[in-house]
Amino acid sequence: MKTYDAIIVGAGHNGLTTAAFLAKSGLDVVCVEKNDYIGGAAVSRELYKDWMYSNCSYVCSLLRPEIYRSLELHRHGLQVTPYGGSVQFMENGDYYGSYHDPAVAYREMARFSRHDADAYERYSADTMRQCRFIRDTLLRTAPDPTSFKPRDIKELIAIGSKFMEMGEDRMYETIRFWTMSVAEYLAEYFETDVIRTAFSGSGIIGTALGVHSPGTAYVLLHHYMGDVDGNVGTWGVARGGMGAVSKSIAGAFQAYGGELRTEAGVDKIIVKNGQTTGVALENGEEISGRLVVSAMDVKRTFLNCMDKSDLPAAFYDRVANFKIRGSSGKVNIALDGMPTFPALPEGSTLYHSDMHFIDSMERMERAYDDWKAGTWSKDPYIDMVVPTMTDPTMAPPGKHFMSCFVQYCPYELEGRAWTDPEREEFAKTVINQIANYSPDFKELILHYEVRTPQDIEDQIGITEGNIFHGELTMDQLLFNRPVPGYAQYRSPVRGLYMCGSSTHPGGGVMAAPGANAAREILADLRRPNTVPENFGDD
Amino acid sequence: MTIQEVPQGRLRTPFYSRMSELDTVNSWHEWKGYTTPDELYCAETEYFAIRNATGVFDLTPMTKYRISGPDSLEYINRLVTRDMAKIKPGRVAYAVWCDDRGQVIDDGTIFHLREGEYRLCSQERHFDWLMASAIGFDVSVVEETAEVAGLAVQGPTSYSVLSNMGLDGLGELKVFGLMHFDFQGAELMVSRTGFTGDLGYELWIEPAKAEQLWDALFEAGKLHGIRAIGVHALEMARVEAGYLAAYEDFLPAKATLRTGRTRSPLELGLDWLVDFKKPVFNGRRALAEEQRRGSTWRLVKLDIDGNKTAHHSYIYAKPKNNKREIGFVTSAVWSPICKQNVAIGTVRMPHGEIGSNVWVEIYYQREMHWSKAMAKASVVDKPFWFPPRRSATPPGPY
Repeated sequence: MKTYDAIIVGAGHNGLTTAAFLAKSGLDVVCVEKNDYIGGAAVSRELYKDWMYSNCSYVCSLLRPEIYRSLELHRHGLQVTPYGGSVQFMENGDYYGSYHDPAVAYREMARFSRHDADAYERYSADTMRQCRFIRDTLLRTAPDPTSFKPRDIKELIAIGSKFMEMGEDRMYETIRFWTMSVAEYLAEYFETDVIRTAFSGSGIIGTALGVHSPGTAYVLLHHYMGDVDGNVGTWGVARGGMGAVSKSIAGAFQAYGGELRTEAGVDKIIVKNGQTTGVALENGEEISGRLVVSAMDVKRTFLNCMDKSDLPAAFYDRVANFKIRGSSGKVNIALDGMPTFPALPEGSTLYHSDMHFIDSMERMERAYDDWKAGTWSKDPYIDMVVPTMTDPTMAPPGKHFMSCFVQYCPYELEGRAWTDPEREEFAKTVINQIANYSPDFKELILHYEVRTPQDIEDQIGITEGNIFHGELTMDQLLFNRPVPGYAQYRSPVRGLYMCGSSTHPGGGVMAAPGANAAREILADLRRPNTVPENFGDD
Repeated sequence: MTIQEVPQGRLRTPFYSRMSELDTVNSWHEWKGYTTPDELYCAETEYFAIRNATGVFDLTPMTKYRISGPDSLEYINRLVTRDMAKIKPGRVAYAVWCDDRGQVIDDGTIFHLREGEYRLCSQERHFDWLMASAIGFDVSVVEETAEVAGLAVQGPTSYSVLSNMGLDGLGELKVFGLMHFDFQGAELMVSRTGFTGDLGYELWIEPAKAEQLWDALFEAGKLHGIRAIGVHALEMARVEAGYLAAYEDFLPAKATLRTGRTRSPLELGLDWLVDFKKPVFNGRRALAEEQRRGSTWRLVKLDIDGNKTAHHSYIYAKPKNNKREIGFVTSAVWSPICKQNVAIGTVRMPHGEIGSNVWVEIYYQREMHWSKAMAKASVVDKPFWFPPRRSATPPGPY
């Protein structure tokens, strides 16, 4: 039987990234995927004839440009086009638009509050300052503060001196920022409820926390630190849907000689004498490999695909306690035409933007209250995008694909599995909220797909359907991600590595965990490094 | 119901109709949401209008705040570093304001319009900071940028133009003074202020009367060489006069990401604006500490050998064998009136004492090829252009 140098488990964007960098270094790599399609949560699927659905992740900004460039993803079909702005529809018939053009954005904010319009500059500077600090850590392995290895010490000094450089006021600010709630943070800048609400969404997306929960200010950053061509904070659509990201990385992987196998779900990671020797597939086949790299989330990897006896008890417990709660769902819709939103003037650029149908911090928090009570939000936060307003390839001309990310949506309803009528009710909640602002919306619906966290878990494999493979709170970040002592992509088992979003720097279609894992693996194998360095943010 | 969107393109000031009639170049850019001319004929001609006759610049997009109420003096005095109690009604003060770390948020002019009523004028917008600073004061702060149209009327014949327009008594107005006139039933405020370092005035009026004011002004100036000007000409005059510009010679502290990139007033040569005799003002503690320990940076006005403009140049202590640069140029221009190669820069202390020499590395391009020169520069004290007519009262009828 053939023995591969490395087996990558899961062909999501991170698994493929690790696979590509290892193959680039000359290793014999196979990437196995349980589904009959690749991409994991960065996927485009034709769920309705001639409509491509970005049915999981739906916009792109965090994908590290260093990886894009190094794997020459443009040669493998990737094109990311920026799109502008967002809009918040209000119950009183008004709206708040966040325009792409800064002068227009200023005027719109001043329509609500001149104070807020002027405060935006300070908000932007303060938030970007935090971004700069964290962006530098993305393509680096998080140093372990308890380690005395020269590399850890060197990295700690680098981070420490960057922190010291901020000056004392900003050091205080930073510590506060990492621990406070997004609501408190925004209240330090803005007086207008709808403006706070517009910014607060980024603080709770993919997180089982409310806008008033401590730690959500940092999550906000996670959505700001991306860029499209150096425009930090800008979001873009991948031409052809998010599957184009995975496909292009897979293209690079295969061009480096890698082997991709679909419908090859892993049942067990095989361990002999504390060392992995390969994987056993669900169909009974065994694949032999010197290394196994899991792109699955940390719970699925260690709790579902391994024998408990192969793992130290404390490690097992830590993994069992890792927070990876299902908090969001999706409703993906094929449309016969672009719905009209009568509040907006015809031809408004806001038709191209992210749309939201919630206008107060109170409603945001109430949406979370429903989740805590074990049900979906009856008045949810929806992040709605129509990528076909920008991308001409995902639906026939004049037709549209609409992606609705819905928060909050629990993994289980009051502790039990979802039923089909309840999934329909959930979809109806979403459709009705949008229809409140668009009278012709319902009649344009040709087809829709509902995805609860449970569906996402069943179909993609992410535990509880948590989009970040584990929440992005301070207790689960940097050297604590996924668990203390194992934040450098290695596991307690020799030859077994992690490269999914459960590892530093976390979720989002960033590909940084995959790249960082590849760098560590290549270092362990004493092979030349193929992983690019951070462009740096001087 | 459809809600009208805010204007999507650049706004037009009340003078746009008149400027666009005169415009022959069609070169405009954005200034705080408004469209504003780079030049209308040619920057050089416009520059010489400022120095030789009268240049008229539309400064409506300047941010303006009305500050009034019983505590207005006390409020402004805590806000800015200089002592505003000395600025009587009818007077104007150049001022800077700082954050608690003593770093400059912005500079601007404060007009004491009437007893207890002020207008603050600045390039950047500060409503957020002005409101935060107002807590505890019985004071009203209102932004009035769009409610007040402004024109700078600058140059040696500007007094003649305005007298010709019928502004009687203007001759008595001293530098940094202001007067009110009636203009076709509206109040016209005239201040003897400007950004050119020359004889000149600024006119402030309600937007509804803006076009009439423009017409009257240009009618009165017909025989005095009056010309509308764009930003390029003003920028040349600004550097000659040694005035600072936000985002060029300093960065507004609240909008700056990197620690160490902002400047204190002491580092900008504005120590004369910091009055430590005032017991309380924003940044006082940090500035007192800086004064005791010494500043990190010093602003320098440079008179540079040769005729190659030193845009963005590094500054060195010696012509060769330098370990590192000591600073860099922030604004530079060839001065047509002084026939001098002038610049404003920032250098690390203790470099850049008045009268000392530094060296400026100038890259210049001639027919595609780039070359590099090291030019000697002397650090000067006074503005490069500082004519007696600037402050002569009454001004002469040039």
